[in-house]
Amino acid sequence: MKKIILSTVTAAWVAGGVGVGLYAPAALADDAADKGRAIAEEWDRRDLGFGDTKAKLRMVLQNRHGETSEREMYINTLEVPGEGDGDKSLVYFEHPRDIKGTALLSYAHILDPDDQWLYLPKLKRVKRISSTNKSGPFVGSEFAFEDISAQELGKYTYKWLRDEPCGELTCAVLEQTPLYENSGYTKQVTWYDLSEYRQQKVEYYDRKGELLKTLEFRDYQQYLGKYWRADELFMTNHQTGKKTSLVYESYEFQTGLSEGDFRKNTLKRLQ
Amino acid sequence: MDHRRKGLAVRYAQWVIRWRWLVLIASIAAVFAAAAGAPRLGFTNDYQVFFSDENPELNAFQALENVYTKTDTILIAVKPKDDSEKVFTPDTLEVIKGLTEESWKVPFAIRVDSLTNFQHTEAIGDDLTVADLVVDPAGMDAAALKKAEEVAVSEPALVNRLVAADGYTAGVLITLHMPGEDPMEVTQAVSHAEELVGAVRTANPDLNFAIAGIAPLSNSFPVASQTDMETLIPLMWLVLFVSMIVLLRVVTGKIGSSVLASVVMTLTVIMSAAVAMGMAGWGGIKLTPPSATAPNIILTIAIADCIHILITMYSQMRRGMNKHDALVESLRVNVSPVFLTSLTTVIGFMSLNFSDSPPFADLGNISAVGVAAAWALSMTLLPALMAILPAWVAPAVEGKMTAMDRFGDFVVNQRRKLLLSTTVIILAILAFIPTIELDDRFIEYFDHSYQIRVDTEFVTDNLTGPDILEMSVPSAGEGGISEPEYLRNLEMFANWFRTQPGVMHVNSFTDVMKRLNKSMHGDDESWYRLPNDRELAAQYLLLYELSLPYGLDLNSQINIDKSATRLSVTMESLSTTEMRALKERSEQWLVDNAPEYMQTQASGAVIMFAYISDRNIRSMLTGTVLAFLAISASLAIALKSVRLGLISIIPNLVPAGIAFGIWGMSVGVVGLAASVITATSLGLIVDATVHIMSKYNRARKEHGYDAADAIRYSFSTVGLALWVATAILVAGFAVLALSGFRLNWEMGLLTALAIAAAIVVDFLLLPPLLMLFDRSRKTNDSAARAEPVPAE
Repeated sequence: MKKIILSTVTAAWVAGGVGVGLYAPAALADDAADKGRAIAEEWDRRDLGFGDTKAKLRMVLQNRHGETSEREMYINTLEVPGEGDGDKSLVYFEHPRDIKGTALLSYAHILDPDDQWLYLPKLKRVKRISSTNKSGPFVGSEFAFEDISAQELGKYTYKWLRDEPCGELTCAVLEQTPLYENSGYTKQVTWYDLSEYRQQKVEYYDRKGELLKTLEFRDYQQYLGKYWRADELFMTNHQTGKKTSLVYESYEFQTGLSEGDFRKNTLKRLQ
Repeated sequence: MDHRRKGLAVRYAQWVIRWRWLVLIASIAAVFAAAAGAPRLGFTNDYQVFFSDENPELNAFQALENVYTKTDTILIAVKPKDDSEKVFTPDTLEVIKGLTEESWKVPFAIRVDSLTNFQHTEAIGDDLTVADLVVDPAGMDAAALKKAEEVAVSEPALVNRLVAADGYTAGVLITLHMPGEDPMEVTQAVSHAEELVGAVRTANPDLNFAIAGIAPLSNSFPVASQTDMETLIPLMWLVLFVSMIVLLRVVTGKIGSSVLASVVMTLTVIMSAAVAMGMAGWGGIKLTPPSATAPNIILTIAIADCIHILITMYSQMRRGMNKHDALVESLRVNVSPVFLTSLTTVIGFMSLNFSDSPPFADLGNISAVGVAAAWALSMTLLPALMAILPAWVAPAVEGKMTAMDRFGDFVVNQRRKLLLSTTVIILAILAFIPTIELDDRFIEYFDHSYQIRVDTEFVTDNLTGPDILEMSVPSAGEGGISEPEYLRNLEMFANWFRTQPGVMHVNSFTDVMKRLNKSMHGDDESWYRLPNDRELAAQYLLLYELSLPYGLDLNSQINIDKSATRLSVTMESLSTTEMRALKERSEQWLVDNAPEYMQTQASGAVIMFAYISDRNIRSMLTGTVLAFLAISASLAIALKSVRLGLISIIPNLVPAGIAFGIWGMSVGVVGLAASVITATSLGLIVDATVHIMSKYNRARKEHGYDAADAIRYSFSTVGLALWVATAILVAGFAVLALSGFRLNWEMGLLTALAIAAAIVVDFLLLPPLLMLFDRSRKTNDSAARAEPVPAE
């Protein structure tokens, strides 16, 4: 089970029978926790089997002034089958040029801190990032690494709050509480549309329970007739007024990536 | 007085008496309508209200806050009561760690920095470990405590900022980002922090705590406004009470009358203030400590208005006139001068709109409305009430030479000596004006009766300074902050700052880079230096940023395209002059030593206040000149004499100069209040000049007196009323001198000094001047013509 938001963020899937019928309010347990869990499971289930993805990412940072700054990177993701562990991802930085060639390898875990290594091309060495608390901003953006790292089903407890219209669709609104330690958030509120079980919006609440950020998923596309990915992830920090847009410029699925492409030792050979 | 106008004033007075009940009810209704806005009044708690939207220092600072993060902070200092105990004990560290974690819950907190959550980097093999400096205080043995202390006191980012160099005091710094939608935001944040500290203090009686920072300071403004209103307004009642006693003693001779007159005066002045505060509420004005003094100022001026009308009425009654006739006569002779003195006072207050500091513009507008209301009420409510209420007087004692008559003789006889001696004394006093030093230390606006002042001084004595100068130092372009040339120059600049007197701490991005370089080389001390390769530095930085936890990122120190970093310099309390010198020296250092692209300007709250007086004096210059021209012109028109208008310039201008001269001799230092004194006092001191000169003019024109006799006449008729009115004004403004808020007591004391100086100048210098320059005027040609400004 897996799904790396950098590459996904969402469930994918086709109307393969299961989903549509599954979500009939009466069929769900009355208990809000069970109901929330069921929706999240459906979201997770619909993305199973995507295999691997490759994408090019453009990140646009904007401060309160409206000044912007861009980063470019490639991201490869490998689905790790099974419930026990998270996906693997490799971020290769393209721009700005000072960090071109820098590569970040991550093994997502369910409750333990992710394993991460960074290859520094200038030093020609791989450094392990052994910090336990990596909830800070990713390359100066409004995304924390935990926002874009693997969104694993087992990382949260779920509680169904309500159903409500979201644009032209109807969404189930779930409260998700991180189970892993050292999260920057006390809870997230996530909107899943009930037609395709995609995440449409996430609100992040800080340690004092205040709304910190909102993530919007824009322009969902379907790949391989099954897996849904948003073209743009747009994060607004309500407390600082800063914003970050993540634009996926190209997506490729099932490109034949394997375990061997996600090893510490292969980082140096990436160029 | 010409017949048409005389007829108008008399007809008006008779109309008021006839329709007294209607006038009474209508004026009370109008007062209630205006005063109904008062509940809308609020108190501001944003220190930035002292700066106009156009203020360049404010704009520079806001631009910096937009690029990085806001700098509203709360600093909680912790120090063991036992002076020989450091903070590096398991118990104290546990308290600091607990405070740090709880501080995240302070409303609007976006960042919390402390000794315990400092992100310490360590190299272990090929790993870069970034972790809290203190994770588990209870489990720390002596060696671990020793190590933590060594790291802390040798870490430039911490020492003298979050931990004292001697290790005896530590701090928790909360950075706030308030949306600015609700004025209660600051209060919510500060109250939460205070409750938190209160609970921790109770649980740890062996520790001292102090709360400082910009946010608690801002939050002290509404406290100061309310404290002033609660303490100074009751004192004003004392002034009012004393004024009534004087009235009783001087005017009526009957207890019953003075009690009723007191009631009438009290009603009139309260209603004047209520109208002004109500209108301020309708106008959406948020009170600041300066504008919160408006009720006091209005009460003072309104009393003076009432006094003039009541004195005339009672003195006419004592000469045998019945009450209604006396009231008509009082209005007849007072309509014009009370209008003219109110007008000049309003002009003086309105000129505060030129101030670059909005609280003073608010003060000016509220006071102007109050003065106008006092005038209107003394023309409606006051006579209507007097017409309704009974009045008794004792008959006047005729033919007795009064003190004022003797004083008039003295001044006429000694005019040459007086002219010479007063001129010499005034010049001597004026010579002290240049010795005045302008100083606006923000924290010192509050005296020691405010906790914020006490706590800030505790923090300054034990941990870190109260003032922070901020600079955004640009590099050559995107990513340029990793360029060795930039880092080298930035480090030299930071080191230069560290050698400057008064600088306690410099937070520089170069310290992050040096620490990182060391950690990337197995924590080898010899690598505690700047990386000499741009890409390498950028890649270290990326690695470091990926390792940081929520809230402790570098976004507050580096801009988004990594083309500039923020340099924060903490200083002990420096005088405004020293502060400005440091700012200018630092900018010059960059010009002389750094590449052109690194040049920038310093900003920060302390910089804004360092220039506030200067900027306001400059902006008020136009306002003061305009007020002065308008007031002199109204005088010349009212007296129908350009010559008298010109002579009036001296007694109108000199008193403010004397006030500043005496200030230079005695106190020496003055702040923002100085910029507004000349304009506001002008509108008040001109009143005495108006009364003396119009009496003098009437004596010359109507009675054909020569200059000397005209002086005697004006002393005799208006002298006592002027001394009484001046005494009330001086006392009213002197009450403000008891404020614990520096701007208020400076403003009160300086204005009181100027008004006191004015009465002395009007009685000792003005008469000799009139006798000197107005000697040759023919008096008979205009004798038949009435003059528009009666006195009394």
